[in-house]
Amino acid sequence: MRAPRIFRTLAFRIVAVYLAVFALSAAAIVAFTYWSTARALNAQTDQIVDTDISGLDERYERLGLAGLTEAIVNRSAHGGAALYLLADTDHRPIVGNLDSWPSLSRHGGNLVEFDYERRVGGHNEQHRARGREFTLTGGFELLVARDIAERYETERLFSTTLPWTVLLMVLLGLIGGILISRNFLVRLDVINRTSRDIMAGDLSRRLPFGQGGDEFDTLVANLNRMLERTERLMRGMREVTDSIAHDLRTPLNRLRNRLEGVLNGGGAQGAVRDEIEAAVDETDRLIGTFNALLLIAEAEAGVAREKMQPVDLRRIVEGVVELYAPLADEKEISLTLLPSGSAIVPCNPSLVSQALANLIDNAIKYTPTGGKATIAIQNTPAGTALSVADSGPGIAPEDRTRVIERFVRLEASRHSPGTGLGLSLVAAVARLHDAKFELGDNRPGLKATLVFSTGAKHPQPAAQLPPPRVAVKG
Amino acid sequence: MRILVVEDDLEAQRYLVNGLRESGHVVDDASDGEVGQTLALSRQYDVAIIDRMLPGLDGLKLVAEIREHGNTMPVLILSALSEIDDRVKGLKAGGDDYLTKPYAFAELLARIEALMRRRQPASVKTQLQVGDLELDLLTRTAKRNGSAIDLQPREFRLLEYLMRHAGQVVTRTMLLESVWEYHFDPQTNVIDVHISRLRAKIDKGFEAPLLHTVRGAGYMIRARA
Repeated sequence: MRAPRIFRTLAFRIVAVYLAVFALSAAAIVAFTYWSTARALNAQTDQIVDTDISGLDERYERLGLAGLTEAIVNRSAHGGAALYLLADTDHRPIVGNLDSWPSLSRHGGNLVEFDYERRVGGHNEQHRARGREFTLTGGFELLVARDIAERYETERLFSTTLPWTVLLMVLLGLIGGILISRNFLVRLDVINRTSRDIMAGDLSRRLPFGQGGDEFDTLVANLNRMLERTERLMRGMREVTDSIAHDLRTPLNRLRNRLEGVLNGGGAQGAVRDEIEAAVDETDRLIGTFNALLLIAEAEAGVAREKMQPVDLRRIVEGVVELYAPLADEKEISLTLLPSGSAIVPCNPSLVSQALANLIDNAIKYTPTGGKATIAIQNTPAGTALSVADSGPGIAPEDRTRVIERFVRLEASRHSPGTGLGLSLVAAVARLHDAKFELGDNRPGLKATLVFSTGAKHPQPAAQLPPPRVAVKG
Repeated sequence: MRILVVEDDLEAQRYLVNGLRESGHVVDDASDGEVGQTLALSRQYDVAIIDRMLPGLDGLKLVAEIREHGNTMPVLILSALSEIDDRVKGLKAGGDDYLTKPYAFAELLARIEALMRRRQPASVKTQLQVGDLELDLLTRTAKRNGSAIDLQPREFRLLEYLMRHAGQVVTRTMLLESVWEYHFDPQTNVIDVHISRLRAKIDKGFEAPLLHTVRGAGYMIRARA
């Protein structure tokens, strides 16, 4: 299954990356603040402890163990955050406000941290303390420390809130990202949908502007300018085609008229007459090539796209097959249209008929007497496939793309009649219909296939068409 | 028959007018749309041949104008334009037939003769007859000299078209357009093959052939004169 569309949008991806960077840096800042706060608090505790120690040290110097003991008793009585314990060599408490010698975790030098039980409002609580440990002469052990539960509380608070803070940040960013990308998507959707419609034919349409004059509107304005240009080029192309058509057809018309005039006037006899008739035929061939070129140009420019209508391909094929059946018969080629249901395809029936006529014409032309040509309509996953397969010599794989080009005629067919534009026209008609045109191997022979995609691009009408007529077999 | 020719290419016009006169028609000519319109509306013609691109008044507009004045004379539009939908535009404007330049004179002549024939009140015929060949349009059957001829539906339509234009030249393009409704030029002359099959069915074994080939033009069905 694919991810929902919103997760595949650029806007969403940008938001996600931004969010990740944001969450990481936020976490880093919080962690740094925590670390430096903890450091400052420790330094403060250490300083207080050191001051305390220097006071005790002074008494010990002056008054010895007894003075120290007295000072500890006095100081312990305050019951604040200061902790003292004087113990003997076996860590048995002598004096102080700790019940027993705690297990110490050492932090370098005589710096220690430890947990102890503290009485708070009638019950015991586990507290942490930080301080220094000394060994006095005579093996006495002295521990001077301060309760750092407060700092610990802060630390705990930090570590429990940090993931939630980050999570909340990610969630808010996610919601923001979805909202932003939805906004993007809606606007892009409009642009995409309209572009598709325009590509399908109506070049005079333009993309709609938003309210804001934002980047999207700049994009729309640029696209519209491009469309303007395309439309102008197409119109130009149409005008050029029209004027070429007019300017070449008029003299061709005169040429043909003059030649015909000579023939009809009866002035030419014998060999001269034959020559003039040949010249008329040559003119007609020239006209044929010229018309085919114009038609290809028109089909390629998509001029006829507006003329598309949903038509049963089966009917078109039956018509053309019927037209060519006697020709195939005469050459003893069995021309068969394989059975199929109706296949509604949006197309220009005239152009598709002509393209198919070219394919069947070729199949008959190049298939030797006694061969066969088979036409089939199939519904494939890619769309509706119309194929013309023959048992002729086929086209070598390396020549297959080349024959579609204009005027390319393979050596083998150079001497048979034709303009060399037949397959180019089929290719142009295919392009006009967004259909795929393929030449393949029929083993032996050529298999030409046109695949009309039956995507949702052109909505199909709900109207029912009458059942196809019975094909006339050749 | 009186024919109006509106064509701005003077050489083409001269050729057209000469050809038509030689074929026994009375021809008036005009080389721009406005003169053409004046002639069309002030005189009676059996058919008009109008070029699509004319100075003064465009060919299509001229046809539309003529039609707006209630004139129903058959009009053949000549065009040097190529667009696929040009024919449709021409016929929509009120033209009865459409021929792309360059054309063979025989093609043009066959078409205007068919147009003039069409103009005569079309009696609703249920039966067509040429010599001893009979075509019953209701039962869709053909008989020659009393014996039934078995025809495929398309062959029937082909024969019907030929018989409706009996005594007239019918070109291959006219057949392709009217019987098959195709407006393109098949590379191979498929129509000839259809005609020879039809000929085998209606003329084979009979002394007098009815379906004739007119050299350089097309076909004609005709009883022996």
